[in-house]
Amino acid sequence: MDAKSSLALAVVDEDDEFQEQQQQYLIFRLGAESYALGLLSVKEIIEYGGVTQVPMMPPFVRGVINLRGRVVPVIDLAQRLYGEKAAVTRRTCIVIVEVGTGEERLDMGVIVDAVSQVVEILPDAIEPGPSFGARLRADYIAGMGKQDDGFVIMLDIERILLTEEMVSLGELTNATA
Amino acid sequence: MNLEPAQLAFFAEADELLTRMEESLLGLESDPDNHELIDEIFRAAHTIKGTAGVFGFDDVVHFTHEVESLLDRIRDGRMAVTAAAIGLLLRSKDHIGALVRAVAEKSELDAGDVREGGELMAALLDLLGRKAPAAGDSIVESAAPELVREAGGDDCVSTGNWHLSLRFGSDVLRSGMDPLSFLRFLGTLGDIVHLHAVCDALPAWSQLDPESCYLGFEIDFRSEASKSDIEAVFEFVRDDCVIHIIPPYARVSEYLDVIRALPEDDLKIGEILVLSGALTRAELERGLVRQLDVGQPGERVAQTQPLGEILVEDGSVNAGVVDAALVKQKQVKDAKAQEARSLRIDADKLDHLIELVGELVIASAGVQNISQTLANIPLSEASEVLLRLVNDVRDQALSLRMVQIGATFQRFQRVVRDVSRELGKDIELVINGAETELDKTVVEHIGDPLMHLVRNAMDHGIEQTDVRLARGKPARARLTLGARHEAGGIVIVVADDGGGLNREKIRSKAIERGLISADAQLSEREIDRLIFAPGFSTADQVSNLSGRGVGMDVVRRNIEALRGTVEIHTVPGQGTTLGIRLPLTLAIIDGFLIGVGSTTFVLPVGVIVECVELAGGQRSLARARGYLDMRGEVLPLLWLRDAFDMQGEAPTRRENVVIVKFGQTRMGIVVDQLMGEHQTVIRPLGKLFQALRGVSGSTILGSGEIALILDVAGLLQLAGRNEHQLQAGAAVRALAEGDGVPTTTA
Repeated sequence: MDAKSSLALAVVDEDDEFQEQQQQYLIFRLGAESYALGLLSVKEIIEYGGVTQVPMMPPFVRGVINLRGRVVPVIDLAQRLYGEKAAVTRRTCIVIVEVGTGEERLDMGVIVDAVSQVVEILPDAIEPGPSFGARLRADYIAGMGKQDDGFVIMLDIERILLTEEMVSLGELTNATA
Repeated sequence: MNLEPAQLAFFAEADELLTRMEESLLGLESDPDNHELIDEIFRAAHTIKGTAGVFGFDDVVHFTHEVESLLDRIRDGRMAVTAAAIGLLLRSKDHIGALVRAVAEKSELDAGDVREGGELMAALLDLLGRKAPAAGDSIVESAAPELVREAGGDDCVSTGNWHLSLRFGSDVLRSGMDPLSFLRFLGTLGDIVHLHAVCDALPAWSQLDPESCYLGFEIDFRSEASKSDIEAVFEFVRDDCVIHIIPPYARVSEYLDVIRALPEDDLKIGEILVLSGALTRAELERGLVRQLDVGQPGERVAQTQPLGEILVEDGSVNAGVVDAALVKQKQVKDAKAQEARSLRIDADKLDHLIELVGELVIASAGVQNISQTLANIPLSEASEVLLRLVNDVRDQALSLRMVQIGATFQRFQRVVRDVSRELGKDIELVINGAETELDKTVVEHIGDPLMHLVRNAMDHGIEQTDVRLARGKPARARLTLGARHEAGGIVIVVADDGGGLNREKIRSKAIERGLISADAQLSEREIDRLIFAPGFSTADQVSNLSGRGVGMDVVRRNIEALRGTVEIHTVPGQGTTLGIRLPLTLAIIDGFLIGVGSTTFVLPVGVIVECVELAGGQRSLARARGYLDMRGEVLPLLWLRDAFDMQGEAPTRRENVVIVKFGQTRMGIVVDQLMGEHQTVIRPLGKLFQALRGVSGSTILGSGEIALILDVAGLLQLAGRNEHQLQAGAAVRALAEGDGVPTTTA
């Protein structure tokens, strides 16, 4: 095999790996519902704790944590999605996700009730989300992933954590404070 | 050879030289007879030209050459230092900057720069009368080529012409080269003044081989081209020909100048000569090869012949030039040995160091914490020592980032000069406190706001000359830029002796713009602060300097982004003073820990005046009134728990009041506990929290917890906004004074 074709093969391999990762999802629980989060945007999962409250922020901003010397904001996902404050239990976790593109990349922590597993959801097992009827905003749903025991809601985490929108919400809260 | 690093050094150096040139030019304006300044300017232009020549940046060389010719005339006293000449030189300096930048960025000049270049060139040539050296000297005809060669090594290179001595190799014709074509090509670089064919090598006719070349030429050549350019003409025949290029006298002195002006780097003699342009790279290599050849048979005993001597023997360079280069080399070595050298360090490395020191400070605070809880005396003693050392390291590391503000101020000399011309006003810039040091990041960001303020002062603040005279003021207006340290921060002052703010006009404008209601009752200070409101401008006409109404608003926001504040003080008819208060550094502050419930906050120590206990009857009274009688003064209070809407009850026994001072305003912040000082490494909170008022950042405590850093200016605003909640009329009035947003009165 000459160098050129092996190089091409390597590229294909990388592509495969990338696609494989793209099809992997983290399943977590929030209330009674299961959700899926693209594994590519998940950086790590840590135990809940050490959250410092930041005053005058909208209720879905729980505060900030010290992640190995970096200050990372923590979002209460239940509050963001349904306006219900998540209760902290022994199994509560903070999922650190990376959102945004290029220069604007940003780490954020997301509070979930429990993480269950990592699964593979192939593109043809993904149904479009319902345009109405779901408990959360339709544009927060990237799709519905078909599982053995029913559907999981695949979240569009970029949109949920869209910083501009949250910043303007913060401004609003500030103005009324 | 990879020229990249050398080129980068050139760009940086050119930048510095141009800045120096500008400073000197501006200095020259007030002191036209200062020869040192003229020399300085000349050297700057000269060095740029010389170095640009080495890299073959022809546009730079070409333009700078004309500038240099003009400077040369000024230096010789053949031309007076007029305002027009300085103006032209300043513009030329800018254009050189543009040319260098274009080369650095490998981009084309934009149309405006090209036009500017053309105009400047025309103006320069016009001032010079005609294009320079009409070296009308008749050429001394060389009787024998040897003689000329000898002369080349001596002082006799006194004509304004290059002398080229060519001996073509016998194989030139066989290699398909025509000697004549080289001469024709040479003609494109300049004028061949005189040409003498050397036919001594011709054998007897019977032995002549028609395919061999026996010819040599002695050429006097007038050209502006550099030595390397001329040598490049003979690129293809260089290997089997003997070529000597002897510079004209003018060039010799030029090389000498360049050598003297070379940066103080430890260079080898050959490199110095190449940099100065006296020697080409190829000649240097030939010389080095010869040095080796000569050196080998001599074994150890015989000293290798110095390169300089070889080069002179070779006829590559003039002996005088070599001497100058040797002197330069020695100077540099001497200087190196003596002076403590300053280092240029990559800013990123420095930032990384500061970051690490920040981590170190946090870690040592953690150790301190633990040692206190353990109550182990040797351990706490050891950690005390550690803490002190870490603090020293922190101070040293931070001081690395400290730069004097003077350089930033100096830039305004030019701005003031240009703008005052444009406005037809006579304005003098006075700078004081130029040696005041502050963090480089702050310095970098303060330039734009200062520019706005300076332009505003000149445009709106300072009156036209006739108005000034009518008011009995000196015709020459005075604009002051000053800096000083104050209370853990730095205060930068922009002051003018102009007409002061016209409060009536500001008021009516603000009403017109809908910023305040027509019947709003505002104090003088509140009216003054209106100029910082968004969308406010009182200029009747929008000049191209200011008056778009974005300036002051942007200035305020830029300064606030640096955790600074801006204050305005104006006396009608006498002038306006703007004071910008900035933190010394953006990275680490001395903090004071306070606690509310289980949450810890940090206040910068610099803003704290004192702390008092709030207990017993005084406490309930203060709670009811919202202010504290502080030795006869009213001190408005802010309950942090209320302001931040925090859960939990206040402690039953007592609370504490931290009295902070910000600008002219004092306020008491009521908290649960005081927890002492803490080295605070500032961590930004990030984009999500950018709209947050009252909190400027965060820090990581020794325990690993995050504490929020309180921003006193923001808290004051917050207190103003919570006016109705506090329900304490008297106290609130005092608080609102510090409120920068006037819209609340609407």
